Amino acid sequence: MDTVFGIPTAALVGQLMVGLINGSFYALMSLGLSIIFGLLHVVNFAHGAQYMLGAFVAWALLQYLGLGYWWALLIAPVVVGCFGLVFERLFLRRLYALDHVYALLLTFGVALLMEGGFRLQFGVSGQPYPNPLSGGLDVGVTFLPMYRVWVILAALAMCLATWFFIEKTRLGGYLRAANENAPLMRTFGINVPRMLMLTYGLGVGLAGFSGVMAAPIYQVSPLMGSNLIIVVFAVVVIGGMGSIMGSIVTGFALGAIEGLTKLIYPDGAGVVIFVVMILVLAVRPHGLFGRAH
Amino acid sequence: MTTSNESAAAGTIDAPRGGGGREMLHIADLRAWYGETVALQKIDLEVREGEVVCLLGRNGAGKTTTLRAIVGLMARRQGTIRLQGRPTEGLAPEAIARLGVAWCPEERGIFASLSTEENLLLPPVLHPGGLSVAEIYQLFPNLHTRRHSPGTRLSGGEQQMLAIARILRTGARLLLLDEPTEGLAPVIVQKIGQTIRLLRERGWTVLMVEQNFRFASRLADRFYVVEEGHVAGHFRQDELAARRHEVEALLGL
Repeated sequence: MDTVFGIPTAALVGQLMVGLINGSFYALMSLGLSIIFGLLHVVNFAHGAQYMLGAFVAWALLQYLGLGYWWALLIAPVVVGCFGLVFERLFLRRLYALDHVYALLLTFGVALLMEGGFRLQFGVSGQPYPNPLSGGLDVGVTFLPMYRVWVILAALAMCLATWFFIEKTRLGGYLRAANENAPLMRTFGINVPRMLMLTYGLGVGLAGFSGVMAAPIYQVSPLMGSNLIIVVFAVVVIGGMGSIMGSIVTGFALGAIEGLTKLIYPDGAGVVIFVVMILVLAVRPHGLFGRAH
Repeated sequence: MTTSNESAAAGTIDAPRGGGGREMLHIADLRAWYGETVALQKIDLEVREGEVVCLLGRNGAGKTTTLRAIVGLMARRQGTIRLQGRPTEGLAPEAIARLGVAWCPEERGIFASLSTEENLLLPPVLHPGGLSVAEIYQLFPNLHTRRHSPGTRLSGGEQQMLAIARILRTGARLLLLDEPTEGLAPVIVQKIGQTIRLLRERGWTVLMVEQNFRFASRLADRFYVVEEGHVAGHFRQDELAARRHEVEALLGL
C-alpha cells in the first residue's frame, strides 16, 4: 500500500514516528509535573529548565569526563534529582504554608535564573551531542532510525515503571494517600515532609532523564526547555493534573495527533494541542483523567 | 455559672475505675488558635492507662480541637501536653505518633484511592502489642468480606470500623476517637460500644469525643464537659446518678 487516505504510507509512518517521539517527551515531562503537583500542589515552572539541565549534564559528562550516553542516562537524572531535593528542602518547603502562587513564582524565578545562567555561558545556539545508536530498522514502507525507536521504548518503559511504583508499591501507596490527606498520614507516623522532598526529587529526576534522551535529537541549548514546557503544560491540563495514567496516555496521544496534523494540515500542527486543550477545558475542566481537587 | 471549674482545673482527679494506672495523657493550661481565632482557652485534663474518657459538649466547644492539639496538628498552641510522661512541645505529628497515640478523626479519613485492605495496612506498625491482621478480621468480619472494595464504597458503619481497625494494628496504646458513632444506625453503634469495651479489657486507653450522651454514659469511666474552649465540668461514671441535675444542666439537656 503506497498511500493511506491519499497520504503516502512512508510519510504517514514517518510522521507518526516523529509524533511518538515528541509524545515520549510530552509523556515523561507531564508525568513529572503531575507527580509534583499531585502531592506538593506546586506547579513546577522550573521543569523545562531541569530538563535542560539534564541535557547539559549529559553533555558535560561527555565533554569533561569522557562519559558517554549510557553513563549519562544513569548519572544525569540522579544529579538533577539531587538538585531538586536540595531545592525543595531549602527553599520550596518554606512556601507551603502560603498561597500556592508563591511556590509557582519561586519555580518560575529559578527557571529564569537557570536559563539565564546557561545562556550567559553557552549562548543560544546548541551544543551537538552524538547519536549513541546509529543505524535503523527497515520496516518495509520506511526506515526507522534506531535511536528514535529506543527513545519511544525507553520512555514507555520509564512511564510504566513510574506508574507501577506509584500504583503498586507500598511507598507509592503512601504517596497516593498523602495526596488525599497529608495531615492524617503524619499522625500515622509517616514522615510526609520527607516524602514531599523525595517526590519533588523524583519528578525533577524524570525531567533530567528526558533531557538526556533529548540530547542526541535536539541541540543541547539553554532554550530547549522553555520551548517544550508550554506544550507540556497544555498536555498536563488536557490529561488532568495529578493523574499518572492521564499524563502518559495524553502525552503519547497528543504527540501522535500533532505529528499527523503536520501531514494533513501543516499550518495547524503548532497549535493543534492548544486547540485540543480549549475543547477539553470546555467540556471537562478537570482534564480527561483528572479528579476534582 | 458552673461550680465544677475549680475541681476540674485543679487536676485532682480521684482514682478512676478500670485504671489507676500510669498517666497516659496529661494536658495542662492548653490554649490553641486557628490563625487569629482562639479555639481553646484553657484545657486541663488527664487520662490514665486503661480508662475510657469522654469529652462532651456542644458543637464548636473545642473537643475536636483538643484531639488535634494532642496529635500535633494545631499550628499555634501553648501549654503542656504529656504523652506517657513525655512532653510534646515542638514535636512534629510523625514524632508524636511514635509516642504511642493514634487518632481516628471525625471524618474517618478513609482513602478513596486505596482498597479496604490497603487502608487497613496503611498506618505502619510503630510499637509491638497491636492487633495482627488476622485478629482484626476476626473482630470485624465484614471488613474481611469487603477487603478488596475501594475504601469509600463501604457503608458509613463499615468505614468507621475500618478507621478504628487500622489504628489497632499500629501498637499505639492511646486511641483518640472523634465521634465514633456519628450518623450510624443503632445496631452499628452497639457494635462500636462492644468494640471499645473489648479494647478497654485488653488494656487500651481511649479518649473519645461523643455527642451521643446515652451511648457515652454507659461506656466511659469519666467525662469532661468542654464549653467554649475550656473544661466546664468533670464527673465519673459512678457519680452520674448522684449529680444528675448538675450533669443535665452542664449538657443543656
